[in-house]
Amino acid sequence: MPLLTMERVSVRFGGLVAVNQLDLEVRQGEILALIGPNGAGKSTVFNLITGIYRPTEGTIRFREEMINDKQPHDIAMRGISRTFQTIHLFNELSVFENVLIGAHTQGKSGLFGALGGFLPAKRREERSLASLARECLELVQLDSKTEELAKNLSYGEQRRLEIARALAVKPSLLLLDEPAAGMNPQEKKELMELIRQIQASGISILMVEHDMKFVMGLSDRIVVLDYGAKIAEGLPEEVRFNPAVIEAYLGKGVSGQC
Amino acid sequence: MIGEYLENLVNLVDAYYLQIFVNIGIAIILALGLNLVTGVTGQLSLGHAAFMSIGAFTGGILTIKLGMPFSVNLISSGLMAAFFGVLIGFPILRLSGDYLAIATLGFAEILKVILLNLDITNRALGLSVPLPNTPIPLPIYVWLTVLLVIAAMILIQNSRFGRALRAIREDEIAAETMGINTTLYKIQAFAIGAFTAGLGGCLYAHFIAYINPSDFGFSKSVDILNMVVLGGLGSIPGSVLGASLLTAAPEFLRFMERYRMLVYGALLVFLMIFRPNGLLGGVSVRQLVCKALGIKPRPRQSLSTDSNMEGRRVK
Repeated sequence: MPLLTMERVSVRFGGLVAVNQLDLEVRQGEILALIGPNGAGKSTVFNLITGIYRPTEGTIRFREEMINDKQPHDIAMRGISRTFQTIHLFNELSVFENVLIGAHTQGKSGLFGALGGFLPAKRREERSLASLARECLELVQLDSKTEELAKNLSYGEQRRLEIARALAVKPSLLLLDEPAAGMNPQEKKELMELIRQIQASGISILMVEHDMKFVMGLSDRIVVLDYGAKIAEGLPEEVRFNPAVIEAYLGKGVSGQC
Repeated sequence: MIGEYLENLVNLVDAYYLQIFVNIGIAIILALGLNLVTGVTGQLSLGHAAFMSIGAFTGGILTIKLGMPFSVNLISSGLMAAFFGVLIGFPILRLSGDYLAIATLGFAEILKVILLNLDITNRALGLSVPLPNTPIPLPIYVWLTVLLVIAAMILIQNSRFGRALRAIREDEIAAETMGINTTLYKIQAFAIGAFTAGLGGCLYAHFIAYINPSDFGFSKSVDILNMVVLGGLGSIPGSVLGASLLTAAPEFLRFMERYRMLVYGALLVFLMIFRPNGLLGGVSVRQLVCKALGIKPRPRQSLSTDSNMEGRRVK
């Protein structure tokens, strides 16, 4: 049973068809890469899955449940979390608090819980959220920077913090939007290792990434988008030599020479 | 017996200073409420005085018509203001930034006009509110409320709820994808802000003993916003300090006579230039106190980060 299924999903913004009749399936435990040229609709797919956009047609199911018309926070509560292509951290808050906010889904107390913050049960909840946050920070090796403000981290650290925050949601599906963008080769290597670790902990991953070496080395399967439609799907080695993919990336007439 | 003792104690203080002292207390309650909405949650409201007027008139009318115990009045005033907060929060909290500010401003103006034309509020003549029947003197009542509001705000800021509000201020889309129902949390923050404004309004009505809808206009809302911004957005000690300073300053500047408001305005401008994040913005009062006492501050990793380490400009 696939974890996430998109069936004939389209979304239009005015006259523009950003995603066109897309079928997509994320299987339990896999790393699926979504690739394609700029403007192919990859980030739009992420926004559809996380409820930021609503599909114009088609259905999106997560664990058999239709999530088309769910709010983003509902979807997060069901176990889908994400990072952003352009970093969206809580800049003026500490690294630790950023991840604690990620752990929001794992707590219950609201306004009245806050007013009873001195009660043992509430303190216990706070402690368990804090220890979850610390675990996530250790995993991305930011546990020595907990008190720094998020905005003061280096670019690579900010990317890792976004992953830690997304992990604190305790997702079963993690969406990574260009996780390797702007990283140096060493950082990329470490990031690959980190993503493998996350996969090993039982979290399925859907990622958008432009770095082909990164994608080929990490993915179990690859889906290629162009102009909002799926043009290829398969194992990395199948996709790599697919003429339609080469054409989409490099243009017509070159495919014969490759 | 305790009431009598406190009564004597209050009578010892010069009436003029007592009045400043109580006005400061009321200002603190109002500033802390707005701080939660604007400083912590990042929703700019220019209509805070409107909720104050709802509390003032609710409390005043309840005292005049029903003569209920003052505590019941006070809570009812807060709840009535919170009810209106939720009512208008639903449509307008979808807006953000400047648009929200204009909407809250509009709400406050509409409310003022309505209150000026209702029979029950005595139209433009305003209401004379009799002294309430309290077991302890009203000034002490005000300051007990201040302490309760401060305690509640500290608890709120150091909780999962408070973190969610800060997340909304920092990045609403990211907050939403972390599972935070941003609309619900914003409305709750708005309701608490309105509730405390209602408390402040009710206390004000009974202390000043006369209320008029025109007392709660745009300039009153801006006064409260000034206190919050001057103290440092999001900082509880900052709001307390800002409210105290801005309430006391016009009084202590009285010797300058007609130049008073000129100097007051200039002081505000200079403060904003030299401390754009507010007096206590980005300052941890806890760490300062520890340093002064020579204690090593205990790292606070098990809980959220220090709520005092805040303060930023309005977006």
